[in-house]
Amino acid sequence: MTITTVGKKVWRFIQELTDETAYERYVEHARKHDAAAEVMDRREFERCRMDQREADPKNGFRCC
Amino acid sequence: MSTTHATAPPEDRARKPLTPKSIAIWVLVAVIGAIGWSVLALAQGEEISAAWMVAAALGSYAIAYRFYSKFIAWRVLKVDRNRATPAELNDNGVDFHPTDRRVLLGHHFAAISGAGPLVGPVLAAQMGYLPGTIWIVAGVIFAGAVQDMVVLFFSTRRGGRSLGQMAREEIGPVGGAAALVGVFAIMIILLAVLALVVVNALAGSPWGTFSIGMTIPIALFMGFYLRVIRPGRVAEVSVVGIVLLLLALVGGKYIADSSLADTFTLSKEALVIWIVVYSFIASVLPVWMLLAPRDYLSTFMKFGTIGLLFVGVLVASPALKMDGVTDFAGAGTGPVFAGSLFPFVFITIACGAVSGFHALISSGTTPKMLQKETQIRMIGYGSMLMESSVAIMAMIAACVLDPGLFFGMNSAPGVIGTTVQSASEAINNMGYVITPEALTAAAKSVEEASLLSRTGGAPTFALGVSEIFSAVTGDGLKAFWYHFAIMFEALFILTALDAGTRVGRFMLQDSLGNIYKPLKKVSWWPGLIVTSAITTALWGYFLWTGVKDPLGGINQLFPLFGISNQLLAAIALTVCTTLLIKSGRLKFAWVTGLPTLWLAVVTLTASWQKVFSTDVKVGFFELRSQAQAAIDAGKPFPPAKTIGETETAVTNATVQGTLSAVFALLVIIVIIDATRVCVKALRNPEAVVSHEDPYVESKFVAPAQLFATKEEKAELEAAGLGSGGGRISEDREGQPA
Repeated sequence: MTITTVGKKVWRFIQELTDETAYERYVEHARKHDAAAEVMDRREFERCRMDQREADPKNGFRCC
Repeated sequence: MSTTHATAPPEDRARKPLTPKSIAIWVLVAVIGAIGWSVLALAQGEEISAAWMVAAALGSYAIAYRFYSKFIAWRVLKVDRNRATPAELNDNGVDFHPTDRRVLLGHHFAAISGAGPLVGPVLAAQMGYLPGTIWIVAGVIFAGAVQDMVVLFFSTRRGGRSLGQMAREEIGPVGGAAALVGVFAIMIILLAVLALVVVNALAGSPWGTFSIGMTIPIALFMGFYLRVIRPGRVAEVSVVGIVLLLLALVGGKYIADSSLADTFTLSKEALVIWIVVYSFIASVLPVWMLLAPRDYLSTFMKFGTIGLLFVGVLVASPALKMDGVTDFAGAGTGPVFAGSLFPFVFITIACGAVSGFHALISSGTTPKMLQKETQIRMIGYGSMLMESSVAIMAMIAACVLDPGLFFGMNSAPGVIGTTVQSASEAINNMGYVITPEALTAAAKSVEEASLLSRTGGAPTFALGVSEIFSAVTGDGLKAFWYHFAIMFEALFILTALDAGTRVGRFMLQDSLGNIYKPLKKVSWWPGLIVTSAITTALWGYFLWTGVKDPLGGINQLFPLFGISNQLLAAIALTVCTTLLIKSGRLKFAWVTGLPTLWLAVVTLTASWQKVFSTDVKVGFFELRSQAQAAIDAGKPFPPAKTIGETETAVTNATVQGTLSAVFALLVIIVIIDATRVCVKALRNPEAVVSHEDPYVESKFVAPAQLFATKEEKAELEAAGLGSGGGRISEDREGQPA
């Protein structure tokens, strides 16, 4: 493995760890059965996600 | 429908006899661990290297993971690799989604670890490094990691249900309600203690105050970026945030040296007001503005700092200057916290050995992301071992300091006075030697005005960290490393204050909503403001008493926090034991039953002493009656200087004593109620209703451990999947692999 591929893997790992990949997952999920399914754009999706987190603070809660 | 697997079922593999090679490796690991423990225990008066402590801990963790967690997974819980998890079944791409085990490990670890394991061990170091280290390692192996793993298992079998829901379902409404009240009360105490740690770390420190203050605009910028400029690009903006954070840290030095220093030099009282007001505002603002971006920052700082610390300890291999066991262990007269080794070491070190709060993460969030049941060992048990190793690092950081300096930093002004001369004298009386000049020099080396009575653990931890890091990077960076460590700890405490206030508010809204309907609507802003204000005021009250009460502070509040945290663990373990018994695993009930019993004994003894002890340093009510008697006689009760201060002490002792009693009652209620349920289940096993979700066959392939075994690799290859695993695609299904 070259340094670039290792770097890419690490970056990808960070993206998954921070849940940056949530949008990709959402689109993939929505289009699994219907390739032409309507999906929210990224901006809309991220807002929606924040609203959900707002609605239940126990999501994403961390402890001591 | 039949799926053909190229490999044998896991149960057969699990019972495979050990090969000579693996026997040799595990004997070696055991020997290394045993040597580590022997050196720790037998060192008489001479300084030993911290590397021995690391060897003892890691050796024990490795053996516990390899043998005990495997036993629990396969023999007690009987994890089933062919059974679909909630993540696989309900995959909606949002909260339920099978997540790569390596990502989930990081995710779960980031969620369970915070400031707790950094504070407790530092305070417990007053009894020497040995008692605390033994408890951190033994506690995590037999109680903490077991709790996290078993809760994770049962929640996974129940669609990711929360601990509260499981308690209600399995024990009944009384036990369930007691658990709920417990969680709320614990949250309040936890927030107050964490806030007090920050106040004590930042008071009189312009460098620290400025750099922590700067995290607010940095977080606001990140929030704006993620909301408006490039939505959702978390990783890139986090990198920018970290760079800004380091700049703020460097900037702090210049502020502290400039004419602005006075502006950022705040008293404890002023800091309390700032922190309470900040937390209230932060908790009513939308999450995208402050909470979410701060979360990213603290996660990165956490991984970075802990990684650096491991490297630092291994490279520098610093000597432990603290005694193995100090005189305070037996006498119980230590200045950091009162009371003798049993039960108070087991109370003081909560997180790192066993933490009830983890049960809230292990139920709820993580089960909804688990790919395979077989992974609970790595996620549940493994993450907790990692957290425990952080506690070991904190213990090392406290013990590499000169003991005289350690006691100077961790004793209240009532004990050591407020000048370096009086402190030096008082410390010499304790049996440790430190000159006034050495105390001044230590403060100067990290560019702080004073290090006396900087209780709460954070400054001690930071000083130890700066000592270790500067052994690698040179003394020139010592002050920078000190403030780096302060920033690291304060950053995630402030995040916890915001998040914790929100959770407290949410629980209040939910329960008060039963009385006044509109409160249940989380978006109804008058309700939101009022419940947030109540929550902030409650922990703000304890924070204020911690700062103002002449007898109070960490010394009084921390035991209360420890008791409540262990109490939550006792509740979680009780729920686990009940579930083991109800699911017909009576012969293995000791796995969670013994740690429950141990925690019950510890918390109840501690509560008993806090309520009934006639030692004024330990018993809240003894303190109350003696202080009241002093008031009646028209005299202040030392170390209080006025009648007014003494009256504050009386009120606070009453509140804290009452709370100790209430906590103890809650545990007793839950345990009695659970025992009733267990006895009923044993008498009439047919009547037991299982709340377990029905069995559905898994169509998911993923390795159980961090690294895939040869068989797992073959299986992944046969299914055409990468190392992260995945769903068996439908066209391959049923074909011979």
